[in-house]
Amino acid sequence: MSETQEYAPNIITAEEMDPKFKYQLSKKHGAEKLMLCFQCGTCTADCPISRFNEFYRPRKIARMVQLGLKDRLLSDNALWLCSTCFTCVDHCPQGVEIAGIVRALRNLTVKEKAVMPLVSKELASNILKGGYSYEFPESRHKRREMQGLPPLPKPNLEDLKKIFEITQSLEILEKAKTFEKV
Amino acid sequence: MSELKYLVFLGCVIPYRLSSYEISARKVLKKLGVELVEMPEFNCCGFPMDPINHDLMLSMAARNLCLAERENLDILTLCNGCFSILNETNKVLAEDKALRERINGHLKEIGMQFKGTAKVKHLVHVLAEDVGFEKIKDAVNKPLTNLSVAQHSGCHIVRPAKYVDHGDDPENPTMLKNLIRLTGAECLDYMDETECCGNPIIGVNEEVPFQMAREKLGHIKAVKAQALITVCPFCHMMYDLNQPRIERTFNEEFGMPVLHYTQLLGLAMGLAPEELALNELRVKATELLSQIQE
Repeated sequence: MSETQEYAPNIITAEEMDPKFKYQLSKKHGAEKLMLCFQCGTCTADCPISRFNEFYRPRKIARMVQLGLKDRLLSDNALWLCSTCFTCVDHCPQGVEIAGIVRALRNLTVKEKAVMPLVSKELASNILKGGYSYEFPESRHKRREMQGLPPLPKPNLEDLKKIFEITQSLEILEKAKTFEKV
Repeated sequence: MSELKYLVFLGCVIPYRLSSYEISARKVLKKLGVELVEMPEFNCCGFPMDPINHDLMLSMAARNLCLAERENLDILTLCNGCFSILNETNKVLAEDKALRERINGHLKEIGMQFKGTAKVKHLVHVLAEDVGFEKIKDAVNKPLTNLSVAQHSGCHIVRPAKYVDHGDDPENPTMLKNLIRLTGAECLDYMDETECCGNPIIGVNEEVPFQMAREKLGHIKAVKAQALITVCPFCHMMYDLNQPRIERTFNEEFGMPVLHYTQLLGLAMGLAPEELALNELRVKATELLSQIQE
């Protein structure tokens, strides 16, 4: 790749920008303060993921939200690299909860693009089947008994299913396609 | 209500993967006079569903909080993830009326209502604040004075700071360090102690967490720590279970035993290694145990 190609500016066209997007997203819990970001870059500088991955940049995400680059944001799987360590949240001089913005963007991707990581779908399916995010074979329960541990508390699957239904999570999960790796 | 009585919230990862943490925690807490009541019912705290649907996570967490309210007990978690989710939900639902009304609307369908009367505490908070250093010190009868270890308290018991009101400094957490010192062991400082383990993204990407863990294990080895002490199943899996794979990936050798804090404390209380399920660790602590026995 030639130097000009490599450093070619990523041109943003006016058509790509959805001016209402920032207002739409700032209604989501945790993303309320996104307009306060003044691009100092503390979040990216202190992000442990950004140190080892060249595509995950919290400051860039915040700016893209402000510019309304919704489609670009929701089709970028790098969103799923945030490890929710909350260092960005604690270090932001403007009190912007970057991790909350990333969560809101993930939620929106799942809802509008109908796509999520395979692991999330598997965990959800386990939770619906047994209340726990892993499936416990009978041998696990026996092993607990042998180890002198009390039986695991039982799930209330009826209640749990209702919670998934009321929050529209069942249909979200049904529709969603999956991807394995970022 | 007896002062040291809690509803124990095991979560999913500990019973599935790390019974060594549960076994050692139950032994140690019993010796310290802490009574654990089992959850009457259980569902996952909600942590893995937060990226999918925040309202689903809040409702799942709130359901567990309602169970604790019904039992009139505070929750004790062993997992940083469960602590973070339950504690944050407890705080935001208490503070944010609109959010509380929305979630209570969901809970109404299953005959529950969030009131905000229960507290959520992690094992570290219960030991440092409720049991207290004096009582722990008194219970230590076999101080591990010839041992030098390092600690990794993990992110979710200190961050985001606005939801965690236990007085520990997220930039320089000392609660676990001080608890380690009570066992007689030296707790060493090392570079980037507050760095995240990376485990939450391992389901979608292994390269980044492996590099993060490799760096941390390197920093710990550089100060000649004999073991790493953790209080979270996610962090523990990252450094113990995955350590052989990290060693192979980077062609480096760490051989660093990773103990749950409850195992370290148990040893200092004179409990036998088998009682604390030390044999279940992936990286064996053989050398460390022989040094203790000397």
